[in-house]
Amino acid sequence: MDRNDAFEQLRDATVTVLGVDRDAVTENSRFFADLDADSLDLVELVMALEERFDVAIPEEELDGINTVGNALDLLLGKLGAPTP
Amino acid sequence: MSARTRVVITGMGVKTPAGTDLDTFWETLAAGKSTAGPIEGFDTSEHPVKFACEVRGFDPEPYLGTKEARRADRVAQLGVAAAADALADAGELETDPARCAVVAGTGVGGLQTLEGQERIYLEKGAERVSPFFVPMMMPNATGALVAMRSGFTGPNLTVTTACAAGAHAIGEGTRMVRDGSVDAVVAGGAEAAVTPIALAAFWRMGALSGRVDDPPRAARPFDADRDGFVMGEGAAFVVLETLEHARDRGARIWGEVLGYGRNCDAFHITAPSPSGAGATTCMVSALEDAGTSAADITHVNTHGTSTPLNDEAEAAAITKVFGEGSVPVTGTKGVTGHLVGAAGAAEAVASLLSLHHGLVPPTANHERTDPALAIDVVAGEPRSIASGPALSNSFGFGGHNASLVLGQAPAA
Repeated sequence: MDRNDAFEQLRDATVTVLGVDRDAVTENSRFFADLDADSLDLVELVMALEERFDVAIPEEELDGINTVGNALDLLLGKLGAPTP
Repeated sequence: MSARTRVVITGMGVKTPAGTDLDTFWETLAAGKSTAGPIEGFDTSEHPVKFACEVRGFDPEPYLGTKEARRADRVAQLGVAAAADALADAGELETDPARCAVVAGTGVGGLQTLEGQERIYLEKGAERVSPFFVPMMMPNATGALVAMRSGFTGPNLTVTTACAAGAHAIGEGTRMVRDGSVDAVVAGGAEAAVTPIALAAFWRMGALSGRVDDPPRAARPFDADRDGFVMGEGAAFVVLETLEHARDRGARIWGEVLGYGRNCDAFHITAPSPSGAGATTCMVSALEDAGTSAADITHVNTHGTSTPLNDEAEAAAITKVFGEGSVPVTGTKGVTGHLVGAAGAAEAVASLLSLHHGLVPPTANHERTDPALAIDVVAGEPRSIASGPALSNSFGFGGHNASLVLGQAPAA
């Protein structure tokens, strides 16, 4: 899976779970400040990503994940794809 | 002695199988047609219960937005929407939100969430249980969401007295206004328990109608051939405030809560007390609270579930309080099915609309009154009534009883 495919999938999940417009989700979007998420929303989003990408994302790995781009890097790392 | 504060209803909202606005709700009741049909909420191919009265075509998003709608169980979606409609109907309350209360009734709360998450837990494990399970399942979610949307920071209570919860919510809300602790209350009930386990359980109890071949004729309150209730779902809320405040702000007044009775059978966890003793006391207490006599009541909007036991006990109680066949009675659940924790609120709205139109809606499917019951059941066509108050009954598993005496809007 390349970065674009992964981003589109992450975007789908974010739109569904956070109920935001597709256009609002960019790599620079901050989950709390821009996408109006709270901590429970993020737990649900992580669950959705684990299901969709068939990966495990332990809570301790979420430190420092503030933007959609951060989350994308984390996911790509787990999928074995190169990160920038 | 100063006169007691008079409490009036200035807003009403419904999300029911019989309609999701007041006009449709009234027209469906007046037509006396059952709303029972095949269950759409879950796959019934492996389930013994195939029919219910569901709220069709309800979209929660205009009320809650996309995200909040996903984070609310159907019971709260229906409840928030009905409460929002009631508040919109009431208009600007012109009072301090800290003096506005919410009283919400429900039988079980977020049962769809409970059953769905249980399945996920068993199939996929703890890691897949939603972080929103608790706030979606808790019975007080509706009240909390109503407050978040209305900004009401006054008392916010949830009443869980099974099938009497909606009526208790209105009664307790009335008492809050009467005692001066608040200026306005949005009160009512919500239920969304058309779910696999709930229906299996009611079926195992023998409480549901087994008329699988003819669902629209299954709910038939007080009929000789009744064999159980039909499960329903929905919500109804009203806005309560003092007569004085309603007049000051020029509000349209639907009617008045004249009296409220509540008690407990203290007899059996599901069966009514013999000869409806608890229901009798409850109705008498509501009439006393209203300062009115049985002879003044224009009609009784019964609990009338269409179960053999309830209808027999309730009819006996009505006969004891009013005399044989001396007051017209109607059973809303023939049309709506049993809305459980919303039933009492929906039936209070139905009673107020009856007073408003001067008509008692017919009891759906009531073809032949059970000869053991000495009551005058309105059936076939709506019946005209003179001006005067109505009495609405609600009785819950656990022996919880509530009766409301509702009057027309006071003359200006």
